Amino acid sequence: MMAGRLQGRRQSKSVFQKLSELNIFIVVVVIMIAMVGFVLLYSVAGGSVDPWAKRQIIRFVIGMFGMVVIAVIDIRVWMFLAYPFYFLSLILLIIVSVMGQTGMGATRWINLGFMNLQPSELMKIALILALARYYHCMTKEESGQYRRLIVPILLIAAPVALVVMQPDLGTSLLIIAGGVAILFCGGARLWLFIVGLMAIIPTAIGAWSFMKPYQQDRVLTFLNPERDPLGAGYHSIQAKIAVGSGGVYGKGFIQGSQSQLNFLPEKQTDFIFTVLAEEFGLMGGVMLLGLYMILLAYALIVCMSVRSQFGRLLSFGMAVTFFLYMFINIAMNLGMVPVVGVPLPLVSYGGSAMLTLLVGIGFVLCAAIHRDTTISRGGAFA
Amino acid sequence: MITDSDDQKYKLFTRRAGLIAGGMMVLTSGLLGRLYYLQVVGQSQYKLLADRNRISLRLLAPQRGKILDRSGYDLAINRTDYRVNIIPEEADNVEETLEALNAILPISARQKARILKAVKRQRAFLPVIVAENLDWETFARVNINIPDLPGIQPDMGITRYYPEKDLLAHIVGYVSSVNKNEIGEDPLLELPGFKIGKNGMERVLDKRLRGKAGNSRVEVNVMGRMIRELSRNDSVPGETLKLTIDRDIQKFTADRVRDESAAVVVMDIHSGEILSLTSTPAFDPNDFNLGISHKKYDALLNDVRKPLTNKAVQGEYPPGSTFKMIVALAALEAGVIDEHEEVFCNSKYEIGNTIKHCWKREGHGHVAMVEAIAASCDVYFYEIAGRVGIDRIHDMAARFGLGRKFGIDIPGEKSGLNPSKGWKLSRRGVRWKGGDTANVGIGQGDVLMTPLQLCVMIARLVNGGKAVMPKILFPKKNLREDEEGFEPEAPPETIAFDRRNMAIILKSMAAVINSPIGVAYAQRMRDKTMSFGGKTGSAQVRRITQAERDVRVRKNEEKPWIERDHALFVGYGPLENPRYAVSVIVEHGGGGSTKAAPICKDVLTYIFEQEKKQQQGANV
Repeated sequence: MMAGRLQGRRQSKSVFQKLSELNIFIVVVVIMIAMVGFVLLYSVAGGSVDPWAKRQIIRFVIGMFGMVVIAVIDIRVWMFLAYPFYFLSLILLIIVSVMGQTGMGATRWINLGFMNLQPSELMKIALILALARYYHCMTKEESGQYRRLIVPILLIAAPVALVVMQPDLGTSLLIIAGGVAILFCGGARLWLFIVGLMAIIPTAIGAWSFMKPYQQDRVLTFLNPERDPLGAGYHSIQAKIAVGSGGVYGKGFIQGSQSQLNFLPEKQTDFIFTVLAEEFGLMGGVMLLGLYMILLAYALIVCMSVRSQFGRLLSFGMAVTFFLYMFINIAMNLGMVPVVGVPLPLVSYGGSAMLTLLVGIGFVLCAAIHRDTTISRGGAFA
Repeated sequence: MITDSDDQKYKLFTRRAGLIAGGMMVLTSGLLGRLYYLQVVGQSQYKLLADRNRISLRLLAPQRGKILDRSGYDLAINRTDYRVNIIPEEADNVEETLEALNAILPISARQKARILKAVKRQRAFLPVIVAENLDWETFARVNINIPDLPGIQPDMGITRYYPEKDLLAHIVGYVSSVNKNEIGEDPLLELPGFKIGKNGMERVLDKRLRGKAGNSRVEVNVMGRMIRELSRNDSVPGETLKLTIDRDIQKFTADRVRDESAAVVVMDIHSGEILSLTSTPAFDPNDFNLGISHKKYDALLNDVRKPLTNKAVQGEYPPGSTFKMIVALAALEAGVIDEHEEVFCNSKYEIGNTIKHCWKREGHGHVAMVEAIAASCDVYFYEIAGRVGIDRIHDMAARFGLGRKFGIDIPGEKSGLNPSKGWKLSRRGVRWKGGDTANVGIGQGDVLMTPLQLCVMIARLVNGGKAVMPKILFPKKNLREDEEGFEPEAPPETIAFDRRNMAIILKSMAAVINSPIGVAYAQRMRDKTMSFGGKTGSAQVRRITQAERDVRVRKNEEKPWIERDHALFVGYGPLENPRYAVSVIVEHGGGGSTKAAPICKDVLTYIFEQEKKQQQGANV
């Protein structure tokens, strides 16, 4: 124990040392992804920084600052704060359910004056932190015990219940998936997941009864978009037309007829990938996917090479969350999954999601900087 | 410090994380595959769908062809007019804006209802016409107040305009909005605000005047709003039509009969070109363009003098004594009488068991043909009509154009009535009687003619026997024989009759005006170059009963207007080498010699004077 603590102390570095260890290549990749977003938002506005690109840049700069701050703070501080942060997020979620502001028929935000805080976004991070800490403190044997599953399932179920009530199907699925991924890698019994996968069908039926009519409609039209080409299937069909008509090289910057002539719905947020695919073609789409892959690969390499289980689970959880955002959004744009409100990471217009993702990347970078920091099973400063 | 348990934990993590990473790769390649499928395999199909989304074909309305008179004066043109539109999406509240506009430009409740209906039906960014044909002052006032009238858009459009107003209303006609049941194959008719010919030449020759629609391929956004034009096929303007009408003669004629319910036709006897075709009273076609008010329309409809009817081609009247030349020619050709044989007129003529009367109560005494025509003796014609018979009169009348339509380019042309034995039996179910022939002999009874037919009749009588056809439109110009659409002008057929008989008829018609025995001697011209001939007629509207005859035949002035005789005159001039034929009918005008003949005289005098002026001008 002493040795561990000493080792830890010996390894603690100054802020400048840490900054110098920040992976500049990954930071540049993040900036490049965000710049794809700026270019598309500029195009969607018909060649103008207003109303989207300018604000997105400002948010991104603030978010980058937060990301770096998170990265250089000692990972043990984050482990110490994991539970308080989780409970704070949970309380905020309860507050939104009670008195949040209503937007798009769903209660999701708390107005902080300078920005709208979306507690469900906070929760995605907080849950990963809390679960990572929980499994950090366990031996392999302990993590395989069934009674040790009670706490993590409660940790997942509480926010999911609140988010489903909002109702926000996309976010609740993201929270569940992120949490389950950590359970999986944390060491829960394998057969549980096999049974869980098989239980999806009855769960889906249960979820169906929870859905609002517009959500049910979206699922139905996903299964058959031509069901109502001018109604609920409209988004899917127009998005596919946009992507398909882009071809290999695209129609050119600000030349996408589907996006420029408003045939695309929500083109600055959830359907921004169609704008990329229409104006820059297969080349543009593959390029963005490539950037995402670099980021993901980095996060996965980090999580394999970090010494502390907390750091591994944390960066892995962030990688999974990031991947889920990316996959669900692009798959939705390409008409592969139903239309759910999930933004394209770092590209879609919107503050909360961008902040969440930058914070997430901040934690991956943090884990990377502190990859040699060992943390005793008892806790950060135990 | 890494324990065994920790080591196992890490190995488990690495295994399972690797599994998930593999899953991510599979899913990502799924995305790439889908992207390839949509953008490479499906590109052409989706490109087509995207184009179908963005491109909309818009019709471009062609400019309607002008209508000109024979000298090129404008009779129907397209004029820029000032109008005010409202664009619903730019108005916060359409009703409030209209309320505000009402202070500058009064809007009736009916107009308002129409506007609100259109606003509901159309897309919010398409303009709805609020008011058309504003004068400059009102238009300017609307423009100044634009800041207080959200959604109001001052606009300039094209409207059909008839600069001569009511002068050629019956010939040119008017255009108006398309009715639902008129929408056919031409998609132009479905264009908002498009107008088609509803009367006159505008209606009959609508297709030629209309032109061909152009189109413009425009890029539209999801709302259908035009973003930019991609390509354009200009419309083909309609054909310009040149009438044979001489605006100045038409104007003079119309002014001369303005206060009467009358019709005058002036024609070139050789070419058949109609120089003037007047029917009074008329109406202003510009009223119909803009949508005539019910009140105005009812007034036109209920007027006993029928301003909406083109009397020159639609009015059918008994020709009265103007028909006597046909009867005389038929008799001469049949040889039942010659120029010199006299008939005694004591004002009474017995036929069957009825007595027919001559208009002159004291009778004409012994009259031969020239005097019988000049003095318009009825008894003479009862006699020769009886001798020649209805069949031969019918044939002769047909050769002069009675009982047929000429196919002139004006709607509603009537064929008149050329009675015959067969006609009476089939239509009335009664056999033809001698009395019927006697009536036809003086142009009464069953025989009916339009002023146009009267004019053609006199033209054919004086042009040397050519069956000239009336025309109001010059044939397509600049077409050579070898070009498509060329139609050679068939020379008029010749009417077969003896030249000497023709000369007798001409001598008689000259005597009507220029001989002291003629009934219209008062109308003679002193200037030989301007003298003319013709024949008067009075068409009885109401039969004179025996009871009236016993007391006293009332003079026309004593009867109510509607019961008075129609005054007729058919004339030609100049006397030597005639060129013009004129027919005049004044409804309920009284005597032909006092009412109709002076009109013919004035019209011919005007034409001759104009000709002289032109010659003098040419000589100088």
